[in-house]
Amino acid sequence: MTVLAPPTISRTGQADRRPARRRRSWTGWAFVGPFMAVFAFVFVAPIAYAIYLSVFRTRLIGGTSFVGLDNYQQVFTDPQFWSATWRVTLFLLVQVPIMLFLALLIALAIDSGRLYGKAFFRVAVFMPYAVPAVVATLMWGFMYGSRFGLVGNINDTFGVALPDPLSPDLVLASIGNIVTWEFVGYNMLIFYSALQVVPKSLYEAAELDGASQLQVIRSVKLPAIKGALLIATIFSIIGSFQLFNEPSILQSLAPNAITTYFTPNMYAYSLSFSGQQYNYSATVAIVMGILTMIVAYAVQLRGTRKDR
Amino acid sequence: MFTNRRAFLRTAALATAAITTAALAACGSDDGGDTTTPVSADQVQAALDKGGSITVWAWEPTLKQVVTAFEAKYPKVKVNLVNAGTGNDQYTALQNAVAAGSGVPDVAQIEYYALPQFALGKSLTDLAAFGSGSLDGTFTPGPWSSVKTGGGTFGLPMDSGPMALFYNKEVFDKHKIEVPTTWDEYAAAAKKLHAADPKAYITNDTGDAGFTTSLIWQAGGKPFAVDGTNVKINLADEGSAKFAATWQTMISNKLLAPVGSWSDGWYKGLGDGSIATLVIGAWMPANLESGVPGAKGKWRVAPMPQWTAGANAAAENGGSSLAIPKAGANNALAYAFLKYATAGEGVQIRVDNGAFPATNAELKSAAFLGKEFPYFGGQKANEIFAKSAADVVPGWSYLPFQVYANSIFNDTVGQAYVTDKPLTDGLKAWQEASAKYGKDQGFTVG
Repeated sequence: MTVLAPPTISRTGQADRRPARRRRSWTGWAFVGPFMAVFAFVFVAPIAYAIYLSVFRTRLIGGTSFVGLDNYQQVFTDPQFWSATWRVTLFLLVQVPIMLFLALLIALAIDSGRLYGKAFFRVAVFMPYAVPAVVATLMWGFMYGSRFGLVGNINDTFGVALPDPLSPDLVLASIGNIVTWEFVGYNMLIFYSALQVVPKSLYEAAELDGASQLQVIRSVKLPAIKGALLIATIFSIIGSFQLFNEPSILQSLAPNAITTYFTPNMYAYSLSFSGQQYNYSATVAIVMGILTMIVAYAVQLRGTRKDR
Repeated sequence: MFTNRRAFLRTAALATAAITTAALAACGSDDGGDTTTPVSADQVQAALDKGGSITVWAWEPTLKQVVTAFEAKYPKVKVNLVNAGTGNDQYTALQNAVAAGSGVPDVAQIEYYALPQFALGKSLTDLAAFGSGSLDGTFTPGPWSSVKTGGGTFGLPMDSGPMALFYNKEVFDKHKIEVPTTWDEYAAAAKKLHAADPKAYITNDTGDAGFTTSLIWQAGGKPFAVDGTNVKINLADEGSAKFAATWQTMISNKLLAPVGSWSDGWYKGLGDGSIATLVIGAWMPANLESGVPGAKGKWRVAPMPQWTAGANAAAENGGSSLAIPKAGANNALAYAFLKYATAGEGVQIRVDNGAFPATNAELKSAAFLGKEFPYFGGQKANEIFAKSAADVVPGWSYLPFQVYANSIFNDTVGQAYVTDKPLTDGLKAWQEASAKYGKDQGFTVG
């Protein structure tokens, strides 16, 4: 509102129109300036610098040289990059639906009003989100241990041989389990708060029409929280593509199952920090960022189209 | 799933990383000049008298006592001993600090295999400028030649790691197992032990580049050949093949405890007898004493198992130098500490606490050789280590980018430990990945 005020004032004095206009533009910049400075420094500069880095190559022998788009060409034919990308895509396709379905189920259960200890459940399910990801992963890592961990204890006590959750075949599923545990509560809260604002009159109308609970969910609740579902899905897509903390911490427990190129972010990290290949690492980060944007945007387009 | 807060944190972290690399690149480019102005012994002494503080990054346990004695001798000097991780973890931290140009320690422990990479990256001070040439003959030839790399002297040898077989005598006696003298006997002992007690393993291994290269070294393999910027990698030579064949049977028969070295589970296993032996460098006693105090008296030392019965071949495993990063703030004081710890009074302090020196005087002294280790039931273990040091197979060399190569060991060779992929395929994959990196970095790889 206040932003709109200055133009109306300046239009009143027709005589000194020009100076007023000039002053107006400077005033605008002063307002936008602080934001622009922070935006430029925090968002634009790192990205611009990453792009700058990505067109060079620094070698132990021979130093730095300009290589144009060679690094990009290399990314597109890099089997390690694509195996990492495929892995997080698989993670996205399996883990995200499971997690969002669970979150939705819990949100609907709490919202149904038929649950005793509603407040307790809400807090209990949300609690894991308050645990830092590093701590959560360490905790789960110790439970997964087949020698000294919970899995090992179960094997010993009951004389069974559970499959090793940290073996190469299962480690992605184990990470999915950790991530689900961490974020079900968060997504539940998004859905639950969206459900809270559904007008009570809709439920009353549905009841008068003789709708069952399932019909109410399908025809009233789900359409009403479509926006929240879309937001949660997009966050989840971004999170999946950026998977880093969980595999990176579990790596010390399962060094052979979790390679240095397990996820695109881990690949960029090891390229940069153990291989000193900052240029190629920047290229990988940029390509992955663009891929994530494309997928998230595609999902958003589809989601909003259905809305109409 | 991931919140926007988290996504933001990640973005911020990446942004920070990008800025750091940027700042670092800017700093990295301006140290083109390689000439270090000479620093005389007087200047070093003056720095000691003036005092100040230095930061030392090291994980070697006996340095703690050295620091205490050093500070007592030079009260004006404060030494910050920081454990920035063991081996690769520390190198990553050091590379990042050097790249960022800030937070670089004054002194860093660097293993011999990693020294060429840091020297090549122009991250270290050439100690010739401090008159390290006067230390010729102080150190044993192996370690001394290891620190003289790339036309300079980039570290002073702190310890050496001639390998030996450390074994838990209590476990061996209990199951009536003979101490193996060859690797075939070792494999047989592994089977016998694991059959007698399914919870016990002869040793742990989840794929360790340093261990693998040391065993190939002992078997007579020379997989890495370096001549300036020409590098040859052949992880299928005779020595490598010998190692692969024996170790494949260990892996296939599940005779290796799937416990990573230096983990909590590892120390626990060494203490409770579920990890019965270690074939490792002579610097291990100090680590056993500090990390597994409960097993005192149970362990013994024997010569390394042989690839050919009756032979006397050994290899080095680890062994570190102390080096001075170029970007460190107080080089003169750092050199004073270096000299004290590696060639001065510090050596005896470290030997007394179980370290294995790289200096001729200590290695040949009767007191050193005759020292009885209470941890090993009064055994004169140094005799075995000194013999091993003399039997090290000559002619070995590491890659000039061994730190990176070791960091991808588990991506390649490690797969043989958790899948059906044979070890030889893993070694081949490691060779190819290392060669590719070498080429990318401008080496001629043949």
